[in-house]
Amino acid sequence: MKRSPEPLVWLAFSGGGMAAALLVPVLLFLFGLAFPLGWIEPPSEEHLVALVRHPITKLVLFGLCALGLFHFAHRFRYTLYDGLKLKRFAVLIAAVCYGAAVVGSVASAIVLLSV
Amino acid sequence: MTAYRQHIPLFWWLRQWSYLVFVLRELSSVFVAWFVVYLLMLVSAIGDGTYADFQAWSGHGWVLVLNVVALAFLLLHAVTWFALAPRAMVVPHVPPWVVLVAHYLAWIVLSAGVAWVVLLR
Amino acid sequence: MSTITMEVTRYRPGEDSEPTVQSYEVPLRKEWAVLDGLNHIKDHLDGTLSYRWSCRMGICGSCGMTVNGRPVLSCASFLVDYAPGPVRVEPLRNFPVIRDLVVDISDFMEKLPRVKPWLIADPPEEGEFLQTPEEMDEYKKYSMCINCMLCYSACPVYALEPEFLGPAAIALGQRYNLDSRDHGAEDRRDVLASAEGAWACTFVGECSTACPKGVDPAGAIQRYKLTAAVAAMKDFLMPRGARR
Repeated sequence: MKRSPEPLVWLAFSGGGMAAALLVPVLLFLFGLAFPLGWIEPPSEEHLVALVRHPITKLVLFGLCALGLFHFAHRFRYTLYDGLKLKRFAVLIAAVCYGAAVVGSVASAIVLLSV
Repeated sequence: MTAYRQHIPLFWWLRQWSYLVFVLRELSSVFVAWFVVYLLMLVSAIGDGTYADFQAWSGHGWVLVLNVVALAFLLLHAVTWFALAPRAMVVPHVPPWVVLVAHYLAWIVLSAGVAWVVLLR
Repeated sequence: MSTITMEVTRYRPGEDSEPTVQSYEVPLRKEWAVLDGLNHIKDHLDGTLSYRWSCRMGICGSCGMTVNGRPVLSCASFLVDYAPGPVRVEPLRNFPVIRDLVVDISDFMEKLPRVKPWLIADPPEEGEFLQTPEEMDEYKKYSMCINCMLCYSACPVYALEPEFLGPAAIALGQRYNLDSRDHGAEDRRDVLASAEGAWACTFVGECSTACPKGVDPAGAIQRYKLTAAVAAMKDFLMPRGARR
């Protein structure tokens, strides 16, 4: 029987959506607004170095990056299909979106491992 | 039969407020991707010992504006995501509002936990 | 007596290349639904107007129309709620228009039986099927569907992708999947879990807003996605496992 490959990407989309909803607002608020604007005294560099070198941090950040990128890929794919009526380019759009997520995940792993 | 087929405009989501909110909700994913890029730049700056440069860069006007917009979209994502979650996740013998409250509690606890770990001196 | 203007879409096949709008003044009575206004037009002003209706009490599901841009049952939407008017009455969106306010529903009629909306079960050895109130609560909400197609009219995915199985059909599949007497979930899976089935839905949620019976098709579809994803993972991990 013909089964759709959608369950796998949908699970990655859902996992990424959950991870992004739970973790991104606080991280973006701290590192994107509160520290640059001086609302909160930023932590010392030694503390941040120690933090990102911790294996649990690396694992969590990798999960967040990879799942977040698949969340983006899946949702953006459908936004292009429906929002701009581009369903006729479905194969190309899917290849570009999920391809970007795969490349981005590999890049995240390289960045996190090289810290 | 000469039935008339109704035309769908390209920007059909401008016709109705709820459709526009849907498209904005879906576009939040772009800002999730932006956050991943920003996070990886931050991590590599910390690793290279150029965190001070990153901080100076992140204080630039356009980066701040981008991050304000991104945060707004991420909050839209979080609120809509939690609102829809109880309808997909039906837990036996647990009313939907409990599932909703559990998501918000998890959000609060995890946000506080992340802030604590980052700000711990 | 006060009146209200009804702007009704007219389309005469073979004569009009596209629909036009015709305005009628009808009495504004507090007990009159949009459908009563249309009946007044048909009986007293213009006998050529075509539209579908039957029960006038929100159960036959045949009088769905687009009123002021929203898909509604015209028997359950009152003229006074649109006062001072005008009230714009159009055919249901996303369906081909046969004449005036009458749309071609054959696509929906073809899709409905694909989800096998009946009990797939061996008859009990003796007596009848027994079910507790709790077991009935599992699917009762989804059994309230009256096939009025307002959800299809509200759904942008169906508008853009006519192959999409659609909200009501998937919710109806779930109505039987969640029934304790039914064992047909595996039989329905090919259709419900196809690319044109639940996976095509992007959870706009407008089907549930439009539903006059509180079925929540959007919720039913998401719930099914989770079930189907878990089932697909089980197949992946146990390829020839304990599947029926």
